[in-house]
Amino acid sequence: MLLRRCGTDALLVEVDSLTEVAAVRAALQHLDGVEELVPAARTVLVKGALPQVREVLATVDLSHAPETRSREVTIPVTYDGPDLDLVAETADITPDEVVRLHSAATYEVAFCGFAPGFGYLTGLPEVLQQPRLDSPRTKVPAGSVGIAGEFTAAYPRATPGGWRLIGRTEITLFDPKAETPALLQPGDSVRFVVA
Amino acid sequence: MKRSVTVIRTGPQALVQDLGRPGHAHLGVPPSGAVDPDSLKLANRLVGNRETAAGLELLLGGARITAEASCTIAVTGPAVRVWIDGKLADSHQPVHLAKGSTLEIGTPDTGLRNYLAISGGIDTPEELGSRSTDLLSGIGPDPLRDHDVLELGSPGPAAGADVVPPLRAPQELHVPIRLGPRDDWFDDAETQLRQGFWTVSDRSNRVGVRLGGTKLNRRDGEIPSEGMITGAVQVPPDGQPVVFLNDHPTTGGYPVIGVVDRDHLRFLGQARPGTSVRFRPIG
Repeated sequence: MLLRRCGTDALLVEVDSLTEVAAVRAALQHLDGVEELVPAARTVLVKGALPQVREVLATVDLSHAPETRSREVTIPVTYDGPDLDLVAETADITPDEVVRLHSAATYEVAFCGFAPGFGYLTGLPEVLQQPRLDSPRTKVPAGSVGIAGEFTAAYPRATPGGWRLIGRTEITLFDPKAETPALLQPGDSVRFVVA
Repeated sequence: MKRSVTVIRTGPQALVQDLGRPGHAHLGVPPSGAVDPDSLKLANRLVGNRETAAGLELLLGGARITAEASCTIAVTGPAVRVWIDGKLADSHQPVHLAKGSTLEIGTPDTGLRNYLAISGGIDTPEELGSRSTDLLSGIGPDPLRDHDVLELGSPGPAAGADVVPPLRAPQELHVPIRLGPRDDWFDDAETQLRQGFWTVSDRSNRVGVRLGGTKLNRRDGEIPSEGMITGAVQVPPDGQPVVFLNDHPTTGGYPVIGVVDRDHLRFLGQARPGTSVRFRPIG
C-alpha cells in the first residue's frame, strides 16, 4: 500500500488489487469527517480527516474486505444486445450459454465512474472477460448491458462507449431527483436476471 | 404566489449555482457549484442570504433581469457596471430592486464570472442536495434561456455587510501547486513546473482550465482510472496541463502532477483566455 499526497486535504491510497481496494474502502467508509471516498481500479481517493485516515490505514487488513452489510440489487435484462453473437463466438459457446453464464453469476460494484450511476461490476465469468470493441460506438443507448475486460456494467444514460453489448434493462440506474439517485453503489451485490 | 424574477436576457451563459454537491464522487457525480465560491458567498451575505443559497453565475456578465417582486440584489466577482432601469448603480453593494424594475449587468473589464445573489435565493428544486447546474453530467437545472422565470425563496433579515473591493483578475497568475499524487510520472516535476510558462486556452470551461505552453515531459501510457479532486492538474500525453474545476469528471486515467490550492483555484476560474500562468511548486 502506497499513500500518495493529493493536495492539502486528500490522499490517494494505491494498492495491488480490487480486493485490496474493497478492504480500504470498507475500513474508511464510516469514518467521521471523510468528505469523499472514491474507490477505483487500484486506488481509493479519500478527502478529509487525514490523521484518522492514516491511523486506520496503519492497521487495515488488506487480505479481505471486512464484512459489511452490502445491499442486494437485481437487474432484469433482455439479452438481445448487438454484440451477443460476437461474445459467444469469442468465448466459443452459444449465445444461450452466454446468457446463462452472465445471469447466473453474482457481481459486486467495485467502483463507479465514467458517468453518474455507472457501476463497474466484478465477478464476470472468465470466458466472458473479453476486450472492448475495436471501434467504440458514438452512442450506446441508456440501459445497455455490456462487458469489457474483467467488468460488466449497465449504461445509466446514452453515452459513447466501447463495451460489447449483450442486452438491455428497463430499470432506472440513475435519477438525480430520487431520494436514492444511484441504483448501484460501491460494495453492492448485484445479480442480472432474464427479463 | 411565490416571488420571482424573469431573466429577460441571459448573456453568454447564465447558470444557477450554489456551493455544489460534494460527497457524491463515489457515485460518479461531480461536485459542481460556483467556480468562484467566495464571490457567490459574498453576494449572498450582502443580500442577507445564507452563504449556501443559490444565485446566478454569469459568464462575462451581460444579463438583464426583471424583478416580479420587490427584492434586494448584489452583483460580485470582477468589477462590472450595473444599471437599474437605465440608471448606473453599484456592484458589490446590496441594491434594492422594486417590483417591475429591471437590472442590467454589463461586461466585466477583467475576469470571467460575475455572481448575482437575490434576497431569498433562487428556489429551483435540489438534486443530490444542490441546485447547481453541472454541465458535464447534466444534473441540476438546464443553462438558463431568455425569458426563464426563476422562483425565489423567503428572504431573511437584511444583514448589512462591509463594502468589499471587487476582484481584479490579473494578467499573469502565479499559482501555488502541491506536487502529487503522480509527480513520479515526470522527470523532475518540480523543475518542469517552476520553469514552465503557459497561457489559458479558449477551450477552458467549468470542467477544467486548459493551459497551452511548455510541454510537460511525462512517461508514456495510462493509469487505471483513479479518483480526481477539484484543483487536480492532469497531464494528457500531449503534455499540456488541464486544471480541473467544479464540473470535472470524478475519475480519470491521466497522471496528476500536482494539485492547486483551493484558495487559489478561483483565480484560475476567473482567468480569461490568454492570461499568463506560472506555477509555484510547494513541497
